Amino acid sequence: MEPVKKLSSTITPLDRINVDTDQIIPKQFLKRIERTGFGQFLFYGWRFNADGSPNEKFILNQPPYKDSEILVAGHNFGCGSSREHAPWALQDYGFKIIIAPSFADIFYNNCVKNGILAIRLEESKVKQLLEGGKEKQSVTVDLESQSIHYNGEQWTFDIDPYWKQMLLNGWDEISITFQYEDEIRQYEEQHH
Amino acid sequence: MAKTIIEKVWNDHVVHQESGKPDLLYIDLHLIHEVTSPQAFEGLRLKGRKVRRPDLSFATMDHNVPTKNRDVIKDPISKQQMSTLADNCKEFGIPLAHMHHPDQGIVHVIGPELGLTQPGKTIVCGDSHTSTHGAFGALAFGIGTSEVEHVLSTQTLWQSKPKTMEIRIDGELGFGVTAKDVILAIIAKFGVDAGTGYVVEYTGDAIRKMTMEERMTICNMSIEAGARAGLISPDETTADYLKGRAHVPDDEYEALKEKWLDYATDPGAEYDRTLTIHTDEIEPFVTWGTNPSMGSGISSAIPHAEDYDDAGKQEELKQALEYMDLKEGQALSDIEIQHVFIGSCTNSRIGDLRAAAKVIEGRKVHPNVTAIVVPGSFTVKMKAEQEGLDQVFKEAGFEWRESGCSMCLAMNDDIVPAGERCASTSNRNFEGRQGAGARTHLVSPAMAAAAAVNGRFTDVRSMVNVHA
Repeated sequence: MEPVKKLSSTITPLDRINVDTDQIIPKQFLKRIERTGFGQFLFYGWRFNADGSPNEKFILNQPPYKDSEILVAGHNFGCGSSREHAPWALQDYGFKIIIAPSFADIFYNNCVKNGILAIRLEESKVKQLLEGGKEKQSVTVDLESQSIHYNGEQWTFDIDPYWKQMLLNGWDEISITFQYEDEIRQYEEQHH
Repeated sequence: MAKTIIEKVWNDHVVHQESGKPDLLYIDLHLIHEVTSPQAFEGLRLKGRKVRRPDLSFATMDHNVPTKNRDVIKDPISKQQMSTLADNCKEFGIPLAHMHHPDQGIVHVIGPELGLTQPGKTIVCGDSHTSTHGAFGALAFGIGTSEVEHVLSTQTLWQSKPKTMEIRIDGELGFGVTAKDVILAIIAKFGVDAGTGYVVEYTGDAIRKMTMEERMTICNMSIEAGARAGLISPDETTADYLKGRAHVPDDEYEALKEKWLDYATDPGAEYDRTLTIHTDEIEPFVTWGTNPSMGSGISSAIPHAEDYDDAGKQEELKQALEYMDLKEGQALSDIEIQHVFIGSCTNSRIGDLRAAAKVIEGRKVHPNVTAIVVPGSFTVKMKAEQEGLDQVFKEAGFEWRESGCSMCLAMNDDIVPAGERCASTSNRNFEGRQGAGARTHLVSPAMAAAAAVNGRFTDVRSMVNVHA
């Protein structure tokens, strides 16, 4: 996977809480057997009207956010189904970083495995970013220093050191696990 | 030191542990279905990797399968997804219960049915409702497709040790109150993210008295409270259920049982957090919103925005009611429905069908309602037919279908049309879940049956009384 390091982008503010993966990518688009091509269906029910025309009111359809790579949303983002098609769709659409006060556990894992940086940030700061996004402001995120630069301020965020290394280096986790082959075999000899 | 079942199962499966890293956990059982696995198998092929333990893997087709006529799959992409699974299982030597196989069914129904699900196991599947298997005292959780690939090639996963949460259900279930009402009440009381970062153990008198099927309904919806996994300590009920199952050899049963019961949480073990609910608080439940916490007892009304302090919650309520075409303060018994779905990994087992049939027997489906029953597995379907339940449903005007996930997520042809309303025994009422623009109300099988008869939500307790 592509390493994540430092990124500046306009903020796309999705000011909703409990956004579930059924909204991120509805089930009628889960039938592809590839990992690619899901971006066109991202937030389908919100992005498009019933007749298939773009819903101009939805944030992603407004011009300033067209090339944004950073999505900011309310708490418990990515709840519901474990479908990895959700991060695939976000990434394929162009988002590399998602910032929210909290994420659902499975969704968070799925992001890391695909090189998407999901940042848990205090609610008050997320609110500032949501407001700033509405004013078309930008934010800079630096994973190495775990810092966010916004509106002249600098904030830090927490991330598990293991996941941080995975993201910075774009490692293939399975190759890492193969280094523990002897321990896996020993476990199997005792238990299976 | 006294330990919880969560710690016991975890510690038993650590392959590698070092500070600054998650633990490398061994996975005892990997369940596979057609929707979340194709990209994982493709990943193996691209890198020339093998499936490490096909013998610890088991696959079925459930999400896409047609329930009317098994031989008619209208959508060519659904068909391709199923044939891809069959090809992958053949190539990598994984046992498969295909669409016509007698073991076929929803993956979370057949695991326990076959006795693959056992106390103390680590179980994963590319499906968030894998938490269902926790009813047996297994540590079972949903994973994404990258993790599916990781398990296929290494039979392990890197996992950070979760915090532990006890949810204690005190008291006895009242007349007409079911396991589904209990879990919906828990989610309504504590919220859809109460369990984020935790593994939950359900405890208390109400849980101990529940059948395994009822316990599965509870654990199934742990993910709807934010918890990846929800467990119940095994007891005699657990062991009795597993006795004689295909993957529980008779000559090993006594030894297995002893091992299983050892996993139960020790007296005095401590949890990071404990939540409690009393059954006195719980009546038959109906959800009215667009996430599973937005529900209330049947005798109550939809809340008003000013009932919430939080602006985010107020906005969420307004958005949900706009989608659902409902009003603040509206009585739940005023809501008319056009569809009834009895099925899904939450409520499609024989006990669920019996409970619905008891309400339906001698009555008719309301003329404005289309109602279907989709048994959770071929085995459940056969059992129900032996008991004559299919006749009860059919005589009342229900359609009796083949097993699968069906209208829970509407990936096959079982779709609720836009703007119409469904009383559903499934687990998610998200926007568009049962079809674009469809409106879902989550209920128990008995409440779904009552709604089918009356064309609107009705307190099933009044109907069973009259009927008796």
